[in-house]
Parts: sequence; C-alpha cells; structure tokens
Amino acid sequence: MALPKRQTDIGPPHFKQFLPPVIQKNYGKWKGHDILTPGLMVHVAQSGDKIWTVRVASPRILATETIYEMCDLADKYCGGYIRFTSRNNVEFLVSDEKNVAPLQNDLKAKGYTMGGIGPRISNVVHTQGWVHCHGAATDASGLVKAMMDEFYDYFTTKELPNKVRLAVACCVNMCGAVHCSDIALVAVHTKVPPVDDERVGKICEIPTVIASCPTSAIRPNPAKKSITINEEKCMYCGNCFTVCPAIDIKSPEGDGVAIVVGGKVGSLRSNPKFSRLAAPFFYNDPPRWPKIVKAVKTILETYAKDARKHERVGEWIDRIGWESFFKKTGLEFTFQHIDDFTFMRDTMRTASTFKW
Amino acid sequence: MKKHVTPLLDELEKGPWPSFVTEIKKAAKTSEMANDELGQVEYSFKTKKGYWKHGGIVGVLGYGAGVIGRYSDLPDMFPGVTFFHTVRLNQPSGWYYTTKALREIMTIWDKYGSGLTNMHGSTGDLVLLGTNTESLEPMFAEYSSRGWDLGGSGSALRTPSCCLGPSRCEWSNYDTMEACYNVTQEFQDELHRPAFNYKFKIKFAGCACDCVAASARADCSVIGTWKGPILIDQAAVKEHEKQGMNITAEIINMCPTQCMSYDGKELKIDNAECNRCMHCIAKMHKALKPSGERGATILLGSKAPIVVGSLLSWVVVPFIKMEAPFTEFKDLIRKIWEWWDENSKPRERIGELIEVKGMRPLLEAIGQPPVPQQVKEPRKDPFFFFKPEDFEKVFTKDKY
Repeated sequence: MALPKRQTDIGPPHFKQFLPPVIQKNYGKWKGHDILTPGLMVHVAQSGDKIWTVRVASPRILATETIYEMCDLADKYCGGYIRFTSRNNVEFLVSDEKNVAPLQNDLKAKGYTMGGIGPRISNVVHTQGWVHCHGAATDASGLVKAMMDEFYDYFTTKELPNKVRLAVACCVNMCGAVHCSDIALVAVHTKVPPVDDERVGKICEIPTVIASCPTSAIRPNPAKKSITINEEKCMYCGNCFTVCPAIDIKSPEGDGVAIVVGGKVGSLRSNPKFSRLAAPFFYNDPPRWPKIVKAVKTILETYAKDARKHERVGEWIDRIGWESFFKKTGLEFTFQHIDDFTFMRDTMRTASTFKW
Repeated sequence: MKKHVTPLLDELEKGPWPSFVTEIKKAAKTSEMANDELGQVEYSFKTKKGYWKHGGIVGVLGYGAGVIGRYSDLPDMFPGVTFFHTVRLNQPSGWYYTTKALREIMTIWDKYGSGLTNMHGSTGDLVLLGTNTESLEPMFAEYSSRGWDLGGSGSALRTPSCCLGPSRCEWSNYDTMEACYNVTQEFQDELHRPAFNYKFKIKFAGCACDCVAASARADCSVIGTWKGPILIDQAAVKEHEKQGMNITAEIINMCPTQCMSYDGKELKIDNAECNRCMHCIAKMHKALKPSGERGATILLGSKAPIVVGSLLSWVVVPFIKMEAPFTEFKDLIRKIWEWWDENSKPRERIGELIEVKGMRPLLEAIGQPPVPQQVKEPRKDPFFFFKPEDFEKVFTKDKY
C-alpha cells in the first residue's frame, strides 16, 4: 500500500479536539475541587457543571496492549477521553457521575491501582535505566517497582503530612526532577573510568572531552593521541563518557545508588529547594535493592511521624535541622556529605547553635 | 521467537504496584524487538550493567531532531534490539487525548515498532521506544499525514510542555495550554533542526504550585501569577474550620510573610505583604482566590547537575502579560536565544552562560532593568563593575 504524503513542521495537534465537552464548555471557568478519595476528585465549574477524575498508577513503560485496554475503559465510561499527568499517572475523565463507581469497579477488576491524589505519594518520576539508556548506572523502573511495592499504601490510602514526590535517576544527568524531589534516588559511579586510548583517538573529539570535565581532571595525552585522567580530581560524573564512548565509566562493581532528600518545585510556604544528600552509596542489588528500599522507608516514616501537617520533607528538615535529621533517621553521616564540589561555602555551618 | 528465561525480572512481576516487566512481556508476545529487549534487560539485571550504545545520527529527512539513535552492545545475543531507536512524538498540551487518536498512534506503532511506549518522557513527549532505521520514514509519513509531528532532541528547542492550566484548574493565571501550543507552533524550525549550542527547554506552569516542575526543569520557566488582592469568602473560611482545619496552625502560622490573621471570626490578609506563594489559596481553596491583573513571571536557567551543578531558574522578568498571540513572550525568547547564541560555548546551557557572563549582559540584551525582585539578596562582596554610562544615567552628580 502506498504511504500517505508526509508533512513537516505541522507541530502537535491543537488540544481542543481532545478535551471532553464539559471541559471545553467550562474552560477557564472552574470554581474549585474536592478530593473525594485518594483516587477520585471532582472539579466544579462556575456554571455548576462537574467533572470527576479517577487517577490510576502507571509504570510509565506501557505496552500498546495496555493502552488499548485503557482506551476501551475510557470509551465505556468517559465518552472516549483520557489524559496523562505530568507525573505519568493516567486520568480517566468522567462527565457523568453515574459512571464513576462502575469505572472504579472495572479498573479494580482489571488490576489497576487507583490513588495518588492529595497528601500522599503520587506516581514516581523516573528515567530509562537499563531498559533503554546508554549511560545508566542502575535500573530506574526496577527501583521504582521495588519501592512502590513497599509504599503501595501511601499511594492508595494512607495520608502523609503533605505530598511526597519520589523520583529515580539512573545517572547524574538526572532526566527527571531528582534534584528537586522530596525523596529521590540517583545512581552514581564511584571509580575513575578506564581510558581505551586506541578508541579515543579514533572516535572522540579530544577538545570536547577535555571541556566536558567539571573538575578539569582531563588532560591531553599527545603521545597516544588520547587523554589522561587525573585520579585525584575525577569525581566520576561520567560527562566524559557522554561525549566519548571510549571512556566507559560503567562498572558492575563500582556503580550504585545515592539517596537525596528535601527538594521541591512548588513555591508554597517556602521557595523551591534542591534535594540534599542523605546517603551517598548503596551497591546495586537487583532485582529489589532491599537496603535502599529500607533506608527510603526509614526516611519516609520518620517524616510521617515527625513533620507538622503541610510540611514537605525539605521544610520539615529545615525546621528540625540536618543534625536532627541524621539522628532521627539513624543514617550515617560520612565525608561524602560535606560538599567539596562547587557549593561548599554555602553549606558549611557558621554558628555554634546546633542541636546535640 | 526465542524464549528468554527471566528469573530476576519475573520477581518484579510480583507485588501490587503495576509492573514494567509485565508491560515488556505483553509487547514481547508479538514483537521480536520487545522480546529481545526483555532478554537484554534481564542480562543487565544479572550482570549489573547496561548494554546500550550511544546514539548515532538517525532521523527523518529534513529534521535533525525527534529520533534518538539507540543500538544494542550485544546484537549477537539480542538481534531484535540491534537497532532500538527512540521516537519522540510531540504531545498535545496537557496530555489530553481522545481514544480515537490514541488508538491510531498505537496502531501505527505496532506496525513499525516494538509496541513499547513511555507515556510520557521526562520532557513531555509521547515516547515510542524501539524501532529500526528503515521504519523511520514510512512511520513519519503515517504520523505526520494524520496530524502528528516529532518533538525536539539534541541541541535544539526541546518540546515545550505545560500544566493543564485553565482546562481543569481554578488557579491558572494564564492559558498555559494555548501558550504551549502557540509557542511550539511558532518555533517549529528551532524544534526540528538543532541550531543551538545546547538544549533549551520551556515549561509553562499556571501558578506557583508548578505542577510541571518548570522552576527546576526548564531553561525558561513561565510561572503564572497575579497582581491583585486575594479575595476572601468569610463564610467558606468558616466552612473549612468546621471541616476540621486549624486555621491558626495550618494557615496563619505557615504563611511565609506572616501577612494573615484570624481572630476566630474574620480572616484578614495584608495583601501588600503577600508574596503569592499559593499555600493559603491551595489549602483553603473554597475560601480564597486571586484577583486582578494576571500574567506570569519569567525565570531562566534551571537544569540538572551536569556540568557544574544543578540550578533552579532565576527571576528575570517579574511580570509579563501572557495573552494570545504571546508576541511579547516570543520576542523575549528570540532576544534570549540571540544573546545565548552569540556568547555561549558548545554544550553550555543558558543558566551556565549567565553564571559566567553575569546577569547584567543578559538583562541588557533583553532590555530589562535591574529590579530587587530578581535577587534574593544583593551581593555581599565589594567587587562591582562600573560602566561609563552608569555615571551618566544613574550616578549623576546632582543625586550622588
């Protein structure tokens, strides 16, 4: 069969054709909303019209088979409208209240997980990991699955002081808001990468490789038409590997996962915050990384017990102090926690007013 | 089709959270690619190492973006993923779909690719995971003829994204959905043909809740805000209290500017002191709402840690009207790009460039005056530059 004629630079289709009629009618005229259950909210328009949203968890990697099934459900209960959230949840948009309970029953029967709305854990933002990324130092989907099996109730039912945004990045490139999440995992390398001199000369652009290093650890090696790495300066970021595949930093023995905490992107109460280091290293331990899951659980439960209502993880830590955070969670404080990269002067303590 | 034994991944089909392994297995029933993807991921779990090669240059004719080349490092063991390219389809604003459109996208994908997707990628695109080089052109013809185009990749404008804004939210201060659509259409060339020194991301958030993480994940963060007072429905305040809210503890004491008071009868806000953080409005959503002039704050620079540390975006333009056709915003973006293009090194993001050159040249290039809203605090060192014109325009002898 002949192919249809291609078009270029048409951009995305206009969104209006994908909006349920009740949304088209009340666009920009919403009055308020109520969270009815952890997986159900209703938005009310100034006109009195309502739309119910049923939120469902997603592993983000979806087979077309699953998407067809979601489409069937959306046809049956939602007039053929469906959306996804910025955290990759699936949202079924119901215009007729009569369809809410049957949709929920059908979703439950088919094994879907509803929840994620309000002060709890929503879907986990994560990267590709071993599933599809060339630079991954761990697997992201696997870590997410291992964590969320453990924290399942915090998605479906249990309340926390405020929302807790979890994220997983499979390397320090952090294709996900790991640097500003409540609790996040980021995979790190810990070994200076070996340099394959012969391949570097053939496939890499030496000045680009030198410029890629944030600590100026890379020098040219003219004799071999390659480069050398100063082992005392290398912080294993892997940026040289990104520009030069012949410096393969991936290491089954050396790669692992750090935990960072206390970041946020919204400005409610306090400004957006960066996540800070809570635990510098755990060995990769697939398929379930039990020590990491346990450490995250300790942080989550300490926060749940200790924080005031509406405090995000970072706001709770700001109030109690980092010394208290380490005491209350029992996490070990190590040399790696003290910044010796770019921000040391902003992170050291300058007063004797700390807690024991 | 070779059946891979996957004891480690099978473990991740247990437990209540939806499993990505189950998804890969579903696709693997009919796709050789997905089947060998399953095998390679199991091998990674076993050896604790990834086996994907760097992206080569692949794409569709006339574009330099939208497809990311991906190849297995173990093609002999897993021939199905010898080529396993990613295709980014530009998502519609707010990630809304009709089932008709979504089915059509998936049917084409089943024909040309692995049957695996990301709904959605970190930047916002609908990500199609795994196809070979020959499939790219016919697949693009099928998608583009039905109204779908590719997103950004590489050193280009990346696919802009937005929160759902006025479509289902009472707080949006401008039409994020239309802004995202309109700006994406305006800059199709910059999106599809990488001509920048590095990537450039734009995200549109309707308010300071920032549901698209614009403040942390966009070189240009457009965050909705307003200028008028917060309107108070005192009866609804009582209603919140009746439903169990401790207004003093949860609202008054948590207000960052301490501009609110409540005596058990009347809630008061000193609007001149309010910094519009959204806490009270989000928590007392039935009682409080913004009013007056609407628009957005433009912040620049946020990015992940590579190369010299992560950045949150910095306020550059405290207030801009964001109304269709968004001419003022587009002009601003063009000026920012021009300055960035003239001054940056390869692989240097706008935030890093501002750090190197200073904020002043950027502000001068885009015609913005210095205002206290741009800084958290003034500098603490006594090392500042003066230009001759500063003495002519600012530090004149009659004043200083």
